[in-house]
Amino acid sequence: MADLTFDLSAKPLRELNNFLHHQVADGNLHLFVNNPEGAHNIAVGVDAPIDIDILGHAGYYAAGMNKQARVTVHGNAGPGVAENMMSGRVHVKGFASVAAGASGHGGLLVIDGDASLRCGISMKGIDIVVGGSVGDFSAFMAQAGRLVVCGDAGEALGDSLYEAVIYVRGNIKSLGADAHEEPMSTVDFAAVEELLAAAGMRQSSSGFRRVASMRSLYHWNADANQEY
Amino acid sequence: MCGIVGLLVKNPALRGQLGELMLPMLIGMAERGPESAGLAVFTAPIKSNLKKLSLYSADPAFDWDGLDRSSRAQFGKDTSLTVRSNQAVLETGADATAVKLWLKHDCPEIHVLSVGKRIDLYKDTGTPGEVAERYRFSELTGTHLVGHTRMATETAVTPERAHPFTAGEDFCLVHNGSLSNACSIRRKLEPLGIAFETDNDTEAACRFLEWRMREGDGLEAALHKGFEELDGFYTFLMGTQDELALVRDAFSCKPAVVAESDDYVAIASEFRSLAKLPGVKNAHIFEPNPEQVYIWRT
Repeated sequence: MADLTFDLSAKPLRELNNFLHHQVADGNLHLFVNNPEGAHNIAVGVDAPIDIDILGHAGYYAAGMNKQARVTVHGNAGPGVAENMMSGRVHVKGFASVAAGASGHGGLLVIDGDASLRCGISMKGIDIVVGGSVGDFSAFMAQAGRLVVCGDAGEALGDSLYEAVIYVRGNIKSLGADAHEEPMSTVDFAAVEELLAAAGMRQSSSGFRRVASMRSLYHWNADANQEY
Repeated sequence: MCGIVGLLVKNPALRGQLGELMLPMLIGMAERGPESAGLAVFTAPIKSNLKKLSLYSADPAFDWDGLDRSSRAQFGKDTSLTVRSNQAVLETGADATAVKLWLKHDCPEIHVLSVGKRIDLYKDTGTPGEVAERYRFSELTGTHLVGHTRMATETAVTPERAHPFTAGEDFCLVHNGSLSNACSIRRKLEPLGIAFETDNDTEAACRFLEWRMREGDGLEAALHKGFEELDGFYTFLMGTQDELALVRDAFSCKPAVVAESDDYVAIASEFRSLAKLPGVKNAHIFEPNPEQVYIWRT
């Protein structure tokens, strides 16, 4: 596998992303990005089975829209990391700011530290594993996929959930509208174990609880008191 | 969108480099706010019988020498003026309210930016780089500062609507976000005799918090009242004589990152403004929680 280094203090980001969009289709590349220094849009829109290591903190939308690539942020990530990811894997070694994995369709997002508010908002099939805690309004309107939280969850977890499933080991400050706890089945324990293993977290699935949709918002209730 | 920066040096040896350390932080936020910039710096205190007023004139040809002479004639020999481009700091032993009234009457083109024993304030239109150069930000010294780069969403782009806003003495506030109930806050404060200088939403927050502190609340208690009364999106960064304070609203749509080391605490909207700080690799970096009050003291 060819190794390549790109120094963002010496070359513009546009050059990096242009290279990633047009010259890596055959894969077989391990790219190291030096001096990211919080720049926005690092490695967005990649569609190739390559490895990318961002050696520092990333700004907004790192690895957004990712397909196939395995991207590691060796630091913290700004808002919207791996937003709208389609496939592949994004791994944040530090903490992630708001809206991590927002509207992701597939692939795996791993955050070793905490994730801020709205983690997994409107997720559509992505799997997200958070080693720490998640902020308020996480998995808001989440449609498909799984969110595993090893720490605590903030206010209004899973508000207006569709078919995504949330697993939390720590405390849940509050559940959002239409979200409720359900018993863990053997399938759930197996799913959590599989996701923790895929995330490289050596933890057991014991103690996790399942949060899913009550589906009471799916249909209009004409009998309810409609005074808003 | 706007950018905020704050820096408080814990290590007294760094006070002489406060402006130099801050400059890359402010420039780093230029994309978030390319049209105006401003900064409040808290310096060493002046003599106990004096106060200082930061003044602004939009006219580059304004006769500052004339103002220097007339203010001395009016308020005595312990009055002095130090000019930096369109801004000047007037030090005086006279009552600050009397000085403001005199300025209003004799120099109506002068805008009083701040009053206090430690605060110097600079704000103007232009890119952050231009404003920093115009007022020689890199030379500023002191214990802490609060800076802002503005992309206006609520009111016009003018020097007086740039941030920081001030109210009372030695208090300033910068804001990233927008308040939806600024007019009702204003309607609540004006009957109490609190006068507004602009139509800017941030000014309402600044005057609200200063009013609470004048009514006896500490900064932290005032900020908790703010959580109850101020509606909208905000990251606020505030400076007092000896404090730097930070809060975010419950939804935290507006970003903030803190880097804290033994030498300093640095705050910016985004990490890219902190990336050039010495020793930042070993600093503790975190995002402030929603509706939590963070206060650092000098």
